[in-house]
Amino acid sequence: MTVVVDISHRLGDFEIDARFESAGRLTALFGPSGSGKTTLINMIAGLIRPDKGRIEADGRVLVDTDAGLFVPKHKRRIGMVFQDARLFPHMSVASNLRYGRWFTPTVERYASMSAVVDLLGIGPLLDRRPAKLSGGEKQRVAIGRALLASPRLLLMDEPLASLDEARKAEILPYIERLRDETKIPIVYVSHSISEVVRLASDVVVLAQGKVAATGPTGTIMQRLDLLPTEERGEGGAVLDTAVLRHDEAFGMTVLGSAAGDIRVPLLATPAGAPVRLRIRARDVMIATEQPTGLSALNILPGTIVAIEPGEGPTVEIAVDCNGATVLARITEQSRQTLNLGLGRNVYAVVKTVSFDRANTSAGLPVEADG
Amino acid sequence: MNWLLDLTPDEWNAVRLSIKVATVAMIASLPPGILIALVLARGQFWGKTLLNGLVHLPLILPPVVTGYLLLLSFGRRGPAGAFLAEHFGIVFSFRWTGAALACGVMGFPLMVRAIRLSIEAVDRRIEAAAGTLGANPLWVFGTITLPLILPGLIAGAILSFAKAMGEFGATITFVSNIPNETQTLPSAIYTFTQVPGGDAGALRLTLISIVISMAALIASEVLARRVGKRMDIE
Repeated sequence: MTVVVDISHRLGDFEIDARFESAGRLTALFGPSGSGKTTLINMIAGLIRPDKGRIEADGRVLVDTDAGLFVPKHKRRIGMVFQDARLFPHMSVASNLRYGRWFTPTVERYASMSAVVDLLGIGPLLDRRPAKLSGGEKQRVAIGRALLASPRLLLMDEPLASLDEARKAEILPYIERLRDETKIPIVYVSHSISEVVRLASDVVVLAQGKVAATGPTGTIMQRLDLLPTEERGEGGAVLDTAVLRHDEAFGMTVLGSAAGDIRVPLLATPAGAPVRLRIRARDVMIATEQPTGLSALNILPGTIVAIEPGEGPTVEIAVDCNGATVLARITEQSRQTLNLGLGRNVYAVVKTVSFDRANTSAGLPVEADG
Repeated sequence: MNWLLDLTPDEWNAVRLSIKVATVAMIASLPPGILIALVLARGQFWGKTLLNGLVHLPLILPPVVTGYLLLLSFGRRGPAGAFLAEHFGIVFSFRWTGAALACGVMGFPLMVRAIRLSIEAVDRRIEAAAGTLGANPLWVFGTITLPLILPGLIAGAILSFAKAMGEFGATITFVSNIPNETQTLPSAIYTFTQVPGGDAGALRLTLISIVISMAALIASEVLARRVGKRMDIE
């Protein structure tokens, strides 16, 4: 399943000129508000007709302005989950869920009501009216409604943006299950790094209507320069790790990674399970020799492979730790004092307490398919 | 009280005819009413203001003028009247069908206004969501738009019915005042007031008029409330 987008479109003074291709399990369209992500996803859904260009999904051409081709939204079989759930107010939850089934040819129906209801945990809500649901419940029903139309591709437009932190935490595991347990490719619009790192296999970074970069999540998140200014503090390396063991006595979990063992606050994930870990660049210290008498538990030896000027007085240093790259943001003064240069052997130091729920998440299963 | 309920056959006929004329006028106006309301609420085209003005004309013209215009166009020798009589066998002049046409036309602006307002209140993003689920525009209209505008539809229909029950000027000008054919309640009351000793009959029909109109109004309130409760719109 591949999504190919190559369009140019003008909205008043704003011009979108985007071109990307993604075959990921969950592709995030990532960028600050006003970067054109929602417009792009609306074009894939068929809600906006691009001035010029071509959109393809799963080998099927949906839009080709040169050929005068525009497949209307109801014939695309592309599910969409909106930021505001947009449930039908005059129907019960069950009727909302069943709505798309009417329009799906029997042979193409793959989603079953009971499986979707189980996946999203919405069994107790079926008889209720949308007005009687909480924000998080509405969003889960909206996801179920889109799934039950048996779409070829699922689009999610900032599905968590209008929810508070507690509701977000309630829904995120369902989206992870959706990504891991169904075969439907997902395109996910978000401006939040923690969501993208937690969910995405691939990222398309948008800035001012243009594609700034595309690639696997781990690679993109290391490019701090790509991140929106207000989110830059959240940027850092993404490591795919696995749970080695739990240290119940101290309330910690030990994760195994290429860079070495990393201790984080206790996770509920069972031993052996994959965990995706984001190490914020601002949380990483650099030592030129093996530190002693230091409270930080994670000390990762490595070699400096890149030094980039950062914002203001900072520089960003990439340390290759046995194949895994860890990013550190330090001041230019420290860099000069320590005389850090390319090829220097250093230690990246990370406090265990700098990890919180927002930067540890269930990792993508490693088996590779479609 | 006996004199109140003891209606003469002619009076009964006027009551029955009025209800028949108003009901037919209301039902026949609904499809074009919905269509015009939809066009006015959603359409973007040249001449929209003109169409809007045309729809509202019966509201601002003297009813006699509307009735006379109907007579000119839908009368036996009028262009529309002659065409319909010749090709479809539909005759309006001096028939109860003509009374229904006059009542429908007079109530049309009220109906269109009510439906148009409720269409404008529908969240089009919800319709777009239905589209992404595979519903074509016709299905979206039938399963989403129509149920959501039901309260406005009911209000519009009842307004049209109530207007038809009270319509006098256009009806009497277009189809005259023929007992058992075009003599609706208002015409019958008018006739009673023109003859000596007609006071009792006029009062009886007046009270019946009030009862029917009130009943229609209450029915619409109850219906609209029930629909609203079922939908539970925030």
